[in-house]
Amino acid sequence: MKWLSKSYVWVTMAFLYAPIAVLIVFSFNQSKSRGAWTGFTWNWYRRLFTNEVIINSLINTLIIAVISSIIATVIGTLAAIGIVNMKRWQRSLIMNITYMPVINPEIIIGVSLMLLFVWVKSIGLQIEFGFVTLILAHVTFNIPYVILNVMPKLRQMDMYVYEAAQDLGCSPSQAFFKVVIPEILPGILSGFLMAFTYSLDDFIISYFVAGATSQTLPITIFSSTRPPVSPEINALSAIIFMVVLTVLLLVNLHDTRIERENQRGRRGMGI
Amino acid sequence: MMKTRATAIPYLLWMVIFILVPLLLVAYYAVTTPDGAFTIDYISQVGEYTPVLVRSVWLAFIATVLCLLIAYPLAFIISRKSGSGQRTMVMLVMLPMWMNFLLRTYAWMTILEKNGLINRFLAQFGIGPLEMINTQGAVVLGMVYNYLPFMILPLYSVMTKIPNALIEAAQDLGCNGVQVLIRVLLPLTLPGISTGIIQVFVPSVSTFIISRMLGGGGNLLIGDLIDLQFLGNAYNPNLGAAISLVLMVMILLCMSITNQFGDEEKGEMLK
Repeated sequence: MKWLSKSYVWVTMAFLYAPIAVLIVFSFNQSKSRGAWTGFTWNWYRRLFTNEVIINSLINTLIIAVISSIIATVIGTLAAIGIVNMKRWQRSLIMNITYMPVINPEIIIGVSLMLLFVWVKSIGLQIEFGFVTLILAHVTFNIPYVILNVMPKLRQMDMYVYEAAQDLGCSPSQAFFKVVIPEILPGILSGFLMAFTYSLDDFIISYFVAGATSQTLPITIFSSTRPPVSPEINALSAIIFMVVLTVLLLVNLHDTRIERENQRGRRGMGI
Repeated sequence: MMKTRATAIPYLLWMVIFILVPLLLVAYYAVTTPDGAFTIDYISQVGEYTPVLVRSVWLAFIATVLCLLIAYPLAFIISRKSGSGQRTMVMLVMLPMWMNFLLRTYAWMTILEKNGLINRFLAQFGIGPLEMINTQGAVVLGMVYNYLPFMILPLYSVMTKIPNALIEAAQDLGCNGVQVLIRVLLPLTLPGISTGIIQVFVPSVSTFIISRMLGGGGNLLIGDLIDLQFLGNAYNPNLGAAISLVLMVMILLCMSITNQFGDEEKGEMLK
């Protein structure tokens, strides 16, 4: 039984990783063809770093991700504070609408936002498909993740701490920035990080609102998977995989260390 | 500041403009002509695409079932490992998820192509070339590969709460393996199953990238139809909106049916 479960794990892991391994191996292949190995080269990596379309779309993607996740974090955190204070029916109504971008298929959100911008244009307002529409769309699908991360922290927080700060002479805004924000900061940070990664990774919604001129990295990837395929994207996949692997390993190491410290702390206190 | 609801106002405005209005616009465009007159022509036109709708639901259904069958044993094996073993395995499952899905799907193009890896390999034995890409099988494979982690993770998170003692107790009381599965594991993991089904079915039934990259032109899905009406040659936002509306209704129906089974809070028994 033991070997059966072990080999099952190996087979599924092979299924998950084999295609990625193929991409990485072929990023070093001399020939443009993806079937046959003709020799080792760094050529595609060199071409990747001099490919202006890819570099520009990477810069676009980063700018859009930074701006949209910051805006989403500010609006979302303030929203969470307001929503916690609402009456039950108001809260559940708003949360149901907030979940819509999360549960609806991305294509629906993309299409609906595209219709909004088309409609706004048709009633005579100036709006160009591109950078601005991308940011508006990204903020829209990012805010729910911030709210969903901040709300639980607010619920756990002891509201008397805020009042105590004011009794001890803080102005309401001092109490907010010096007491409340540090208390809910973990939620704000994880909301921000989630928003940032979703924004980096998004293709479908961006595809519908990007217009012809602005390209994000996923949109560039999409156009280079259509024939003639440019082998630079093999190199790009390999780099993205290494970055993701490093980030995940660091996060995992950090978690393990914290856990170990907690255990040591508990033991030290004789619990 | 902490007692007020006013901080939610910026978000409420954003929510109305960028979530509610766009979704209402989808409904509005679906039932009006480009001149703004009421019509149900577009909705009834969707009926002409019944074969595409049926194909989308059918392929997404097969992909969901396959994901469930593959993920269930894997999630169980992971949940029986030690703490650090579990963390490593969960990380291994999540890692491919963090790569952009376009790259993951592109990897399968490389493998399944006419001149791809598998066919080159088979050719050495004088077999083939097999017609693998541009088939429905390839589309299902793409769905399973892309969304498998979305099934594994929710299953794992309910299974990890099931103590070994519970399973041993069932065995002591005379259950064989199959009975343990049907009488103990399945009822306790229903919430994870229903979350997993939704998380795999919704993106599968609405995809247009996987079908385009792995299915060729012959295996259009609902997503491709919508894309064609908005960004393709067939530009017709009204018909596109009508198809989107149908897709949305289908998904809401599917979710409410699935929730009927999963929402009985059976997972609560373990807490």
